[in-house]
Amino acid sequence: MTAQRQSRGSPSFGLLVALVGVLAFIALTVCAESATPALWRIFSLRDYNTRVVMGGTGLLGVACGVIGTFMVLRKKALLGDAISHATLPGIAIAFWVMVAAGGTGKYLPGLLLGAAVSGVLGMGAILLVRHHTRLPEDAILGIVLSIFFGAGVAILGVIQKMSTASAAGLETFIYGKTASMLGEDGRRIAWAAGVLIAISVLLFKEFRALCFDAGFARAQGWPIRTLDAVMMGMVVTATVIGLQAVGLILVIALLIIPPSAARFWTEDLGILVWLAAGLGALSGVVGSGVSAAFPELPAGGVIVLVASSVFVVSLLFGRARGLVFRAVTHLWLEVRITRQNALRSLFEVSERHSAGEPVTEKALREVRYWRGMQLHRALRRLEREDRVCRVLGGWRLTPDGHEEAQRMVRNHRLWELYLIHHAAVAPSHVDRDADLIEHVLGHEMVVELEKLLDATVAEPAVPESPHPIAAPVEEGGT
Amino acid sequence: MMLPWKMSGQPAGPEHSPYAPVSIHDVTVAYHRKPVLWDVDLDLPEGKLVGVIGPNGAGKSTLIKAILGLVPTASGEVKFYGGTLRKHRALVGYVPQRESVDWDFPVSALDVVAMGLYRRIGWFRRIRRTHYEEATKALARVGMDSLALRQISQLSGGQQQRVFLARALAQDAQIYFMDEPLVGVDAATERVIIALLRELRNAGRTVVVVHHDLQSVAEYFDHVIMLNTRVVAAGPTAEVFTQDNLLKTYGGRLTLLDEAAHAVARTGQR
Amino acid sequence: MNWTLLDTWMLATGIFSALSCALLGNFLFVRRLSLMGDAISHAVLPGLAAAFLITGSRDSGPMLMGAVIAGVLTAVLTQGIAHAGKVEESTSMGIVFTTLFAVGLLLIVRAADRVDLDPSCVLYGSLELTPLDTIRIGGMTLPRAFLVNTSVFAVNAAIVWLLFKEFMIGAFDPMLAVTQGFRPRWMHQLLMALVALTAVACFETVGSILVVAMLIVPAATARLLSSRLPAMLGLSLAIAAGSAILGHLGALTIPRLFGFEDTTTSGMMAVAAGAMFFLALIFAPGSGVLAHARNQLSLRRRIENEDALAALYRRGEGMELATAELPSPRLLHRLERRGFAAESAGVWQLTPRGKEEAESVIHAHVLWERFLVDHANMRVDHAHQSSERLEHVTTPEMREVLAETVEKPVTPPSDGSILPPR
Repeated sequence: MTAQRQSRGSPSFGLLVALVGVLAFIALTVCAESATPALWRIFSLRDYNTRVVMGGTGLLGVACGVIGTFMVLRKKALLGDAISHATLPGIAIAFWVMVAAGGTGKYLPGLLLGAAVSGVLGMGAILLVRHHTRLPEDAILGIVLSIFFGAGVAILGVIQKMSTASAAGLETFIYGKTASMLGEDGRRIAWAAGVLIAISVLLFKEFRALCFDAGFARAQGWPIRTLDAVMMGMVVTATVIGLQAVGLILVIALLIIPPSAARFWTEDLGILVWLAAGLGALSGVVGSGVSAAFPELPAGGVIVLVASSVFVVSLLFGRARGLVFRAVTHLWLEVRITRQNALRSLFEVSERHSAGEPVTEKALREVRYWRGMQLHRALRRLEREDRVCRVLGGWRLTPDGHEEAQRMVRNHRLWELYLIHHAAVAPSHVDRDADLIEHVLGHEMVVELEKLLDATVAEPAVPESPHPIAAPVEEGGT
Repeated sequence: MMLPWKMSGQPAGPEHSPYAPVSIHDVTVAYHRKPVLWDVDLDLPEGKLVGVIGPNGAGKSTLIKAILGLVPTASGEVKFYGGTLRKHRALVGYVPQRESVDWDFPVSALDVVAMGLYRRIGWFRRIRRTHYEEATKALARVGMDSLALRQISQLSGGQQQRVFLARALAQDAQIYFMDEPLVGVDAATERVIIALLRELRNAGRTVVVVHHDLQSVAEYFDHVIMLNTRVVAAGPTAEVFTQDNLLKTYGGRLTLLDEAAHAVARTGQR
Repeated sequence: MNWTLLDTWMLATGIFSALSCALLGNFLFVRRLSLMGDAISHAVLPGLAAAFLITGSRDSGPMLMGAVIAGVLTAVLTQGIAHAGKVEESTSMGIVFTTLFAVGLLLIVRAADRVDLDPSCVLYGSLELTPLDTIRIGGMTLPRAFLVNTSVFAVNAAIVWLLFKEFMIGAFDPMLAVTQGFRPRWMHQLLMALVALTAVACFETVGSILVVAMLIVPAATARLLSSRLPAMLGLSLAIAAGSAILGHLGALTIPRLFGFEDTTTSGMMAVAAGAMFFLALIFAPGSGVLAHARNQLSLRRRIENEDALAALYRRGEGMELATAELPSPRLLHRLERRGFAAESAGVWQLTPRGKEEAESVIHAHVLWERFLVDHANMRVDHAHQSSERLEHVTTPEMREVLAETVEKPVTPPSDGSILPPR
């Protein structure tokens, strides 16, 4: 597993680029036909209805972003998936009951109530199975999802054979084909989202404890079970209000994608939550705005695609964990380390030589192992920086290079001495070449270390680096 | 039947190789932006029990993972019998830390040990009764044959570690890397494991063990590698495992340590 | 209920698709990717829509191809994002399938300009219609769906048979698999491709819900009942076939109880699988709810019995007992039934057997106390409390080890030959 994790994901990188391409293509083909003035009208918020809908989906995005952050951190991202599927039998039964009562069966609040009841039942089933078995979380979610959805399909099957009513509109819930929302829907979503946001703000500290260390939180006397149930209840609420806006499947996306995208930008939970909320809001507002401008586009699909585009951009360019950022960091580190190694080796070899004698690459290869072209490239780089110059028969340090190398070697040896004489734990946050020792350890320590270094230097003419104590064990004919 | 993907029994002649089993050349490993292993340069001796010791965070596990190519190295190279790891993969056995696998997995102890034989069984072939018998023998050597059919989550920590050891035995590698096999095991298991490691050594295998308990180092290991971000000392235990080197590895003056830790933390925040 | 030839074909088709899915579901279960079937079932939408947009027709050939490509893409992208972005696998799966589904919805809107393309009728076939679409092969008229599902099952079974141990080691310990020269990553991709192919073939013939349920529920149910992968495989197949049969019968009969026509068979098959899971949850030997409750109860009884025995023993030794420590009449009668105590002239006495039993309990208590104090550095009063609990769960083997540890010094390791000569 680790082996796989560590390998560079270049094929997947290519796929991601392809995915961005596809998304861009779709966006372009869709936009090309319609006029841009429509977009301008939408985003300038002139239309009352659009204003309400965009506000509602934006708030939904905020609520889902906040709740989703906790779910993703608790590695329960797909809980929303299970719960949204579990709403289907409730929708079907609510429809059935309303038809039996003599209505059309398509009264929205009634259907949503059915969805909520069945979502809560699904949540109860998840808690029950989790309590009584040691099955992994994903299997539990899958079981509840498929059984509830299966029951929903079976009930719909019965309804479809009833002659009294047409259930034809019900699948819009599944596919989220709601082309445009009314102001009334927008207000309802806004209210529910507002309540969810308020709860998250009030219970932020408790939820954070639950995410990071449930065991510790329990030891502290937090009511873990209750908090867990509250969190799941919030997921149910978000799912049910999301059903209306984006459909049964795509509401899952709002719970997962904005928090996952935010993860690439920060490691700090506080920032993460707000960032996820912001990205959720962005997806909701932009998505519903675009779909209002192009009435044939389903709002759900557009909202999710906006969120996905944000995710792909974050995956590539995120400041904390983005691919480009990580690749560049790694490359930069490797280049810096080889450069320093080259400079130091050159210095150490020329210390041994008589003054001014050039150092051959062969000699450098004897003191240190170099991978392929590493040494040559590092030397060329140093040459460009005017730290070394090429002379007949090899390389030589320039005065600048000599000065830098000397400083670096001293710093390096001081660090090693420090590690040997003082540090009981490995200071994994110290980089001996980059962090000047004075900056980290203070003047007195450096003076002491310098005394030690002088004592070491006094004996042999060439100061020995401390680590050749680790003389390689000679075996056979190496 | 000679299938193109069939694996050969044993790569050619490591026993008479003029090279050390493992040579590590100037390996530097960096996580994130800082190096955690600096310029490690050593050869592992043939047929010896080698302990890797050092304080927490000194890069002991990282060293083993770097040797096995499981973490990328910023510079340097590792050779196995003068060749690449890919070429000699069959000679290398790895016993990971216990928590690296899913112990709820539906397999018995015997199944896990039999996995050590899969390379010899080869692609597409079934596990035969003889293989299970061999696996049972390996289990018996760690005193676990009576629990062979238990599901692995029903074993204690020490028993799970023994199962891992039995699997390594079944694998019959030339060089073993074991990451903290003695952590969290009971005294009886520790005795069994040490006896086993000695047997492996006596049979000419090289065994590299990440170890945390300084008290038992001199008793258990022929060679030690003392690590604290860089190699402090490496060589025969009698020569290298000295008070002086210990101080160098683990540091002498504890009061200064706090000061340094604070200083390091401060720079981290800048 | 009137059973027709149509029912036979529907059931046979249903059984084979359930079997194919359940077989692969075991490997998804152990890799903790049970929801992959659900993800693929949604993610095939853009494949279908794209195939339609490109060919402009509703032929099933290109559609199937588009769906398979989308299914494999889901698996590959899930892995890719999980590895490259260090995102948890299930999270990455959620991101991928919702995105693909949204793409599919938008593409369908584009396609809808030309023809009505309802995802539910293109993608999600229904078991009820399978017997109507037939193919003649060698003089026999067989439903196409039956042929598709049996061949998919045959392919899956053959591959699992051939690569069982490779799949297993790749799922349990990929690092070991790498050092053994197997390629766990390839194995995983192969498995995912199989899942995608199976899922799509089954969606098209029997509908998606059956696939999603059968990939998950039989494997999880089987895991409750067995703890080894081969047994799990066999059990999950039996459960899958069983739920297909029960589901079909249920679809025919249950709605009639409420005065309706029959209902969707595949939905009822999922519900039947759920019912089987529920039964296993309650009745599974060892891990089931009932077994657990019984164990709890018997442990509580044993503790009561043993405490009563110890109390009687101490009184017999002449110790004063507080009233609260005296066993209740109910307990005393229980001891009598087991032959541990007897009443004579209103005074309860331990029988010789009871005395023996009581001594062994007290011995265990003393051993634990000494062990906890000497070897676990526990304070004496704490050790007493812990021993009160531990004494009841001490098996004879544990007692032996305890006695050895407490009474004898540590034995030096034996040096037997461990490795065979090379």
